[in-house]
Amino acid sequence: MSAGTTRGFVVTRAGPLALLQDAGRFGIRHLGVTQGGPADLHAWAWANHLAGNQWGIPVLEVTFGGLELRAECDLTISVAGADLSARHNDRPLPLWRSVRVSKGERIMFGTPVKGLRAYLAVAGGFSAEPVLGSVACVVREQLGGFNGQGQRLAEGDELTITTPSHSSSNLIQTEAPEQEQPDYAAPAILNLLPGAQVADFTGRSLFDAFNAEWRVDDRADRMGVRLTGPPLHCRIASMVSEGISLGAVQVPPDGQPIALLNDRQTIGGYPRLGSLTPLAASRLAQCLPGQRVRLRAVGAEMALREHRQFINLMR
Amino acid sequence: MSHSGLPRLEPAGIDGWMIRLFGTIEENNLLWLTALTRDCEAAFGAALVDLVPSYTTLLVIFDPLQTSAWQVRERLVDILARLVPDDTGGEGELHELATWYDPSVGPDLARVSESSDMTIDAVIDTHSYQEYRVFALGFSPGFAFMGLLDDSLICPRLNTPRAKVPAGSVAIAGRQTAAYPAVTPGGWNLIGRTAARLFDRDRDGFSLLKVGDRVRFVTVDRHTFENDGGDPTPMMQATTAART
Repeated sequence: MSAGTTRGFVVTRAGPLALLQDAGRFGIRHLGVTQGGPADLHAWAWANHLAGNQWGIPVLEVTFGGLELRAECDLTISVAGADLSARHNDRPLPLWRSVRVSKGERIMFGTPVKGLRAYLAVAGGFSAEPVLGSVACVVREQLGGFNGQGQRLAEGDELTITTPSHSSSNLIQTEAPEQEQPDYAAPAILNLLPGAQVADFTGRSLFDAFNAEWRVDDRADRMGVRLTGPPLHCRIASMVSEGISLGAVQVPPDGQPIALLNDRQTIGGYPRLGSLTPLAASRLAQCLPGQRVRLRAVGAEMALREHRQFINLMR
Repeated sequence: MSHSGLPRLEPAGIDGWMIRLFGTIEENNLLWLTALTRDCEAAFGAALVDLVPSYTTLLVIFDPLQTSAWQVRERLVDILARLVPDDTGGEGELHELATWYDPSVGPDLARVSESSDMTIDAVIDTHSYQEYRVFALGFSPGFAFMGLLDDSLICPRLNTPRAKVPAGSVAIAGRQTAAYPAVTPGGWNLIGRTAARLFDRDRDGFSLLKVGDRVRFVTVDRHTFENDGGDPTPMMQATTAART
């Protein structure tokens, strides 16, 4: 533990998948290193914001729930994103707001009620040694996380935090406005910027792509989310592998689209409808298997405006 | 760059442009791609997030808070108009990967030998005879797609990928060859193993191989492989295990 850090939590139960995530690993994608970072950028950024942290401070991404922590000192935390039946000792833990936690108290995540991923930020931020410029935990690449080896949280782990430089009374905002708290159970409309191969899909398939209701498959993880629905036909079956953007919606020969998220491979060779906007990718990352989504083609200007508005609000 | 309609700029999300330079995989593509990559690095400075070169394309990722797709597009058009391919200076660094070719660590050697109608020794000679170019990195950190393989060695990927391919495994598939930097799943045909550390977080630049580099596989015996730090654990049941 270095100066300015202290033991913040002990993991008393790990749950299926809790990962440390900063904004992601950038500048080395040409080496085949994926970007990592929060699958839901929106909730991740809000969690930090409500804890009084700057953009990019490491946060815990809790998928499915199950994680239980014991506070090792008095803390200010905030949890944003999915409702995973979180509890603060014997009472429900309010989401989308900052919360005081005293030494010895417990934070316990149950099972998903709405959404899939919750983000727990602590004032000051979780502290870990960056690997290749980031603490983003990518299990497949064995990079990042608390010990640098890409490991999910395990029972008994001691989580180091940076001692906050401000007191909780200085928090800029202690609660997210209601319109910023998505209803993850509602059918989602996902904004997509059409890409270069969009015209290579047959007319019928293009109509289906943007009018059919798509079902989120259970083959979904931080690499990508498969959608099932009417098979889409593209005149190009496969392409020479090339770089893939966050949110790219690729269509393999079986015609069922896969939206690629933070831990995707860096290059790939399937034709793509285009790319989900970062906020649409965030929204998809909260969908449980079986949920219905629609794709909506949007223009680049509108998408950029929406993105900038959100980031400027959070920075 | 005579392919019709190329080069072309294609939208790739709110923060990216795909620069499509070529329609097919050729070694000469690399001279243009490395030059383009360097020009983009010089032009965009802090607004540049990532550059992902691959066989025929360069994906440019920028910070959408510092610049916009329209501004970046203007610069890229300008860069493309002035683009000059690297001459001999763009040959790329030459790496020699000491490789122990043996059925115990290359469980697909026998099958490649059968399908190519060559002896195992001839397969090894053919694979280690020529120099390869790195066309792209991807799949996992430091995994370099190299080519182009001699026609006689062309063979398809496995129908069922193996769940675990040992680190250092040297493999072929289609017209390409590669060495696995870490233990990952993999569907390529394994023909040997190298002790080279292909990806090292403590090394300057991290990846041993970069796009544009040249690679030669050099035959070594088991003794040398182990002396270099190679792990000789055999892969005997790998194929059967992957099917269960």
